[in-house]
Amino acid sequence: MIDQVPLTHILFLSTALFFIGAYGFLTRRNMITMLMSVELILNSVNINLVAFNRYLHPNIDGVIFTLFIIAIAAAEAAVAIAIIISLYRKINSIDPEQADELKY
Amino acid sequence: MLNASTLLLIPLLPLLSFLFISFIGKKYLPTLSGTISVLVLSASAILSLAVAYNYFFVVGMTNGFYQAIIPMKLEWLRFSPGVSIDMGIILDPISVMMLVVVTFISLMVHIYSLGYMKGEERFAVYYSFLDLFTFSMLGLVIATNLFQIYFFWELVGVSSYLLIGYYFTKPSAVAAAKKAFIVTRFADLGFLIGILVLSFHSGTLDIQTLIARLTTSDTTFYASATFTGFMGVSSLTWGLALVFIGGAGKSAMFPLHIWLPDAMEGPTPVSALIHAATMVVAGVYLVARLFPIYAISSPHLLELIGYIGIISSALAAIIACTQTDIKRVLAYSTISQIGYMLASLGVSNYGGLNGEGFSASMFHLFTHAFFKALLFLCAGSVIHYVHSNEVRDMGGLRKKMPITHLCFLLACLAIAGIPPLSGFFSKEEILAAAFAHNQTIFYIAWLTAGLTSFYMFRLYFLTFWNRDYVNHHESYEHHSEGSWNMKLPLLILMLGAVGAGFVPFHHLITSDGQPYESEFHLNITLMAVGLSLFAIIIATIFYRKKNNLPDKISSSISQLYDFAYHKFYFDEVYQFVTQTILFNTIGALSSWFDKNIVNGAVNTTAFITEAFSETIKPVQSGKVQGYALAFLFGILGLIAILFFFNF
Repeated sequence: MIDQVPLTHILFLSTALFFIGAYGFLTRRNMITMLMSVELILNSVNINLVAFNRYLHPNIDGVIFTLFIIAIAAAEAAVAIAIIISLYRKINSIDPEQADELKY
Repeated sequence: MLNASTLLLIPLLPLLSFLFISFIGKKYLPTLSGTISVLVLSASAILSLAVAYNYFFVVGMTNGFYQAIIPMKLEWLRFSPGVSIDMGIILDPISVMMLVVVTFISLMVHIYSLGYMKGEERFAVYYSFLDLFTFSMLGLVIATNLFQIYFFWELVGVSSYLLIGYYFTKPSAVAAAKKAFIVTRFADLGFLIGILVLSFHSGTLDIQTLIARLTTSDTTFYASATFTGFMGVSSLTWGLALVFIGGAGKSAMFPLHIWLPDAMEGPTPVSALIHAATMVVAGVYLVARLFPIYAISSPHLLELIGYIGIISSALAAIIACTQTDIKRVLAYSTISQIGYMLASLGVSNYGGLNGEGFSASMFHLFTHAFFKALLFLCAGSVIHYVHSNEVRDMGGLRKKMPITHLCFLLACLAIAGIPPLSGFFSKEEILAAAFAHNQTIFYIAWLTAGLTSFYMFRLYFLTFWNRDYVNHHESYEHHSEGSWNMKLPLLILMLGAVGAGFVPFHHLITSDGQPYESEFHLNITLMAVGLSLFAIIIATIFYRKKNNLPDKISSSISQLYDFAYHKFYFDEVYQFVTQTILFNTIGALSSWFDKNIVNGAVNTTAFITEAFSETIKPVQSGKVQGYALAFLFGILGLIAILFFFNF
């Protein structure tokens, strides 16, 4: 059944997901939402990997990569949230616009 | 007796005394410091006399020659194998003679200063400076190495600076000290370059090795020094000439003489020691030390030195006739006599009877030290008595100061060359040497000898005769001639000034160390003594009683008189060259170039860098999302490029 869905459709989905994530990352004024946008970007990549694995290279590599990315995303979320918390303690805000001390 | 430890004591005793007074004596024994220095200097002087006796009459002579003995030589700083700065002691006839002269005159000045400087606020400091000077001068005369000479040469310059500026509350003394230091330092630059040139070609700094290598024409060193050159003159001659410039600066030869008359701002005993008897003859000593090189390898340069000497001598004598400051007259007389010594070296050759100029020069150095120190110390007594340097405040002092009068008269007779006083013998030898080798120098020297007699007796009559003494300082009426410690050195030096001529110099000090028999030239003696007596008679007519004859004569030759009175405008020329040309023209141009071109280039670079950085600075905004956007478009751009070029 899945064969009736062409690869391009899945790639459209992942591309859409990527740009939604990128747009969210660039425009949100809340670091938690930015973190969520990063998850969207990662998941769009995951979709790509699984799709290419299914359609072009039918072996186990793509799936394993996907599992890796999910694991790393979890770790990344832990680190990012820790950073966000300590930043909040420091500047009393989680707006990235406020955390611009590291400039010229 | 001539072992290193005894010899080391001679210079080190004054050094110890200097250190002791500077660190302890100045604070705790301010009045006793003088006595301590005198005792220490006596020990040095006795040791020097013992060394001189031992050298000249016991061990110095081997195979009919006076050999140089080097009892000690320590390597101090090595540049490369063979080229090193050594600190050592050389004993040869001239250094032994200088040891005696320096310690003896220094001792006399030390004793004299006990009375002259009594009650000065910085009495102990004065003695520490005197001891520093004595140490430096002794180190200079016993040097085995050219660089050792240079080292102590600068030290005597410093001590001279300190002592000229002793009355540092007087602006004129400060100016004189600076002038002396800068002029001699300028000359020392020549000396240093000369040392470098000579050592570069000869590969050594050791004086004896240097002489050995640069006087025998078959060595590679000699070839290297003579075949290379600059402006048609060989490097050897350049090196020797530059070394002589250093000597000319120290010895106040024209045109570097301008510092010596001003140096009379220092205390009078200092003038006697440093600016008459010892330091100013360092230039003569330097040429004598390297004499074989000058005489054998560069005779034309030596002749030039002779001319510089005799011209300095004549000009200084003319100036001395017009000056009215007792110490300045003596200062010009010193320049004149040192010029004589150099002229005498200039007419000398190396070896045997041809070297009689060398012998005569050293002889004159020896006798001059006695009578000139005596003249200065007498002048010191006179200044002490009348509280003025100007001869117009003096006159008629012969009854008030009988001992000073006698000493001054004998010293004047000695410098005028009247037999049998010391100056007669040395001058006669110089004139004989000049007559045999260079008639031009002989005639100038002969006329200068006449001028010398004239201005010395002019000074003598103006100070001690001329009119009755009028006291300008009523409050000082209680003054006597001076305490015993001022009179004693006068009397001892008087014996020296009278008797020093009987030392058989051509047996002791000759250019090659071999004694020779000098001939007596009756006609030269008659010429010189006759002219001297004639000049003395003229001076007697002019100045014994106050009359208007001198004024008449000076106004009849007023242009020449003014010219000489203003010291041939040398100071004004120097002022013009330094102030107008160097500072206001070249200095102003360099300053403009520095401010506008050099600083401008640096400032422009800085300005451009700053403006550029200001422009691109906003890129570093600190906004994370801004960076992310740039990153995203960067990646997209890269992908576009990859697609476009189809890698």
